[in-house]
Amino acid sequence: MRRRYIAAIPHVVWMAVFVVVPLILVVFYAFTSATGGLTLENFRNMGSYMSVFARSLWLAFLATIICLLIGYPLSYVLSKEGPGMQRIFIMLIMLPMWINFLLRTYAWMSILENTGLINRLLTSLGIFDLINRIFNTNITYIPMINTQGAVVLGMVYNYLPFMVLPIYSVIVKIDSSLIEAAQDLGAGSMTVFKRIIFPLSLPGVLSGITMVFVPAVSTFIISKLLGGGTSILLGDLIEMQFLGNAYNPHLGSAISLIMMIIIMICMFVMNRFGEGEEQAVIM
Amino acid sequence: MSKEIIRLKDCTVAFDDEVILDNINLYFNDKEFLTLLGPSGCGKTTTLRIIGGFLKPTSGDVLFNGVRVNDVPPHKRKVNTIFQKYALFPHLDVFENVAFGLRIAKLNESEIRSRVMEMLEIVSLKGFHNRKVTSLSGGQQQRVAIARALVNRPKVLLLDEPLGALDLRLRKDMQIELKRIQQAMDITFIYVTHDQEEALAMSDTIVVMDKGRIQQIGTPEQVYNEPKNAFVADFIGESNILDGIMHEDYVVEIFGRKFKCLDSGFAPRESVDVVIRPEDIEIVEPHKGRLSGTVTSVTFKGVHYDIIVDFKGFKWLIQTTRLHNVGDEIGINIGPEQIHIMKKSEYSGMFGDYSSYSAEYEEITSEDWEDETEGEEDEA
Repeated sequence: MRRRYIAAIPHVVWMAVFVVVPLILVVFYAFTSATGGLTLENFRNMGSYMSVFARSLWLAFLATIICLLIGYPLSYVLSKEGPGMQRIFIMLIMLPMWINFLLRTYAWMSILENTGLINRLLTSLGIFDLINRIFNTNITYIPMINTQGAVVLGMVYNYLPFMVLPIYSVIVKIDSSLIEAAQDLGAGSMTVFKRIIFPLSLPGVLSGITMVFVPAVSTFIISKLLGGGTSILLGDLIEMQFLGNAYNPHLGSAISLIMMIIIMICMFVMNRFGEGEEQAVIM
Repeated sequence: MSKEIIRLKDCTVAFDDEVILDNINLYFNDKEFLTLLGPSGCGKTTTLRIIGGFLKPTSGDVLFNGVRVNDVPPHKRKVNTIFQKYALFPHLDVFENVAFGLRIAKLNESEIRSRVMEMLEIVSLKGFHNRKVTSLSGGQQQRVAIARALVNRPKVLLLDEPLGALDLRLRKDMQIELKRIQQAMDITFIYVTHDQEEALAMSDTIVVMDKGRIQQIGTPEQVYNEPKNAFVADFIGESNILDGIMHEDYVVEIFGRKFKCLDSGFAPRESVDVVIRPEDIEIVEPHKGRLSGTVTSVTFKGVHYDIIVDFKGFKWLIQTTRLHNVGDEIGINIGPEQIHIMKKSEYSGMFGDYSSYSAEYEEITSEDWEDETEGEEDEA
């Protein structure tokens, strides 16, 4: 019996050193001051960061919704295709993930910049000339980089596969005899989707939402590169406390802790909602 | 009975040149329990899927009450199906599973409730309406599937090997149950199975299929007692199938000896297949029998013994309630009514020889027997 646990030791050690200890440190730092005494000082100023919290949650929420709106239909259509087609599409969806995250985001910068790909294309097509002539304005580019829209775009682009894959893998596993049974009982294709496929795909939707929302809330690179510091997010705020000139790991830990708690509450509510959904239908 | 409600006309199904169904012509009567019986891959499930609307025949017509329904999708056909693995909706409870069809038909809540409850009572699942379907046993899930289909009051119920996943005891109970339900609801059952006992026990009509073709249509007694060819004789029950020559009406020659039989209408000296059921052979003292042979294997089956007897290199299966030992010399007699003559067919020579009746016997019998058969095979 003992033998079995030996295999788990490397993982347990890894988790202890790199997850549990840092977590304890975060909690410790959050409740202590630079001088080492216990204090709640770090949490006292949290109110002034309310707008950052709100913005982070809001942008992550937007990105998640957009991912869901793009990802669900994509997964559904994909699951209906032949196996060859499915393989190709999954490849295409995974492909960007083989490229370095930073590189991909830099690429978006050069696309969205004021003198970037899109604006240059529009200029060379004479779109701006046309607009300026009609409306008697003088614009030479559309501002895209350094906006919240660009941040959301970056999030959607980077996290979309995390929405598509779980939903797709759940839908594709739905037993085709269930669909036939529903048809047999008189359900047309809309009803089959509404009563069978959608409810059965909910677990995939829930894990997709989780996998997009959590990294989106805490991202800092995307907002830094595409938001250009105009819209600071939680991730940026925390990073500044550890690496930036605002160096204050105690405050950073406190913010991290609050963010973790907010995410945990979100996940808890969602899982409850998910369970409730399942149970409401099953029981 | 008698009124025809479904007809398959010249139905052929082929996938990439592979013919699954070969020109099937078949009609189904109202209130009949009809079984499509055959080995896997014989086209029985394909036939059922054509009727259910899940598959369009490559050529040929499907007629419901004389109206062509080839292009009518499944959800608009007035038949319901019980699927092989039940296909219950895992996210719905028992009540909602059964109510599924009624909700789509937009019946009012009180009628849905009363019909579902009534149906659950019919399938002996009273009080289970709040249970998760995943918490039910196989037999209970089976009943939910039956209730879910029957609550819609279909004229025809299609059943695709519905008892395949149940254990023997439960299967026997459900056979009786299904027959009872069919008679109580007074509707047509089209039942697909590969289990000949099941088919014999429940059906009004059995359609025996193989290789995408219908081999024989008849009542259970007809297909058992008067199989049309070696395939049917072998598939339904056990059979010894021998080469014979019809000398004249009512006289057949087997192993160079003439036997009386009840069959007529063959050409003089026509070669035929002769079927003798293992339970129909009378065992006597060696010198009193028309044929004599050596017992090469004995297997206890509960009600009877299966013994394999070697007659000049051809092995017969005989069922007897008396114990014989390996090596015993026995004689046999066969009455005229125990002999069934069939025309030669593509299946002749493929079935009914127990020389290769092996796997299960090998374990049980001694090595002597194995040595003997090896010798036999060499000769053949």
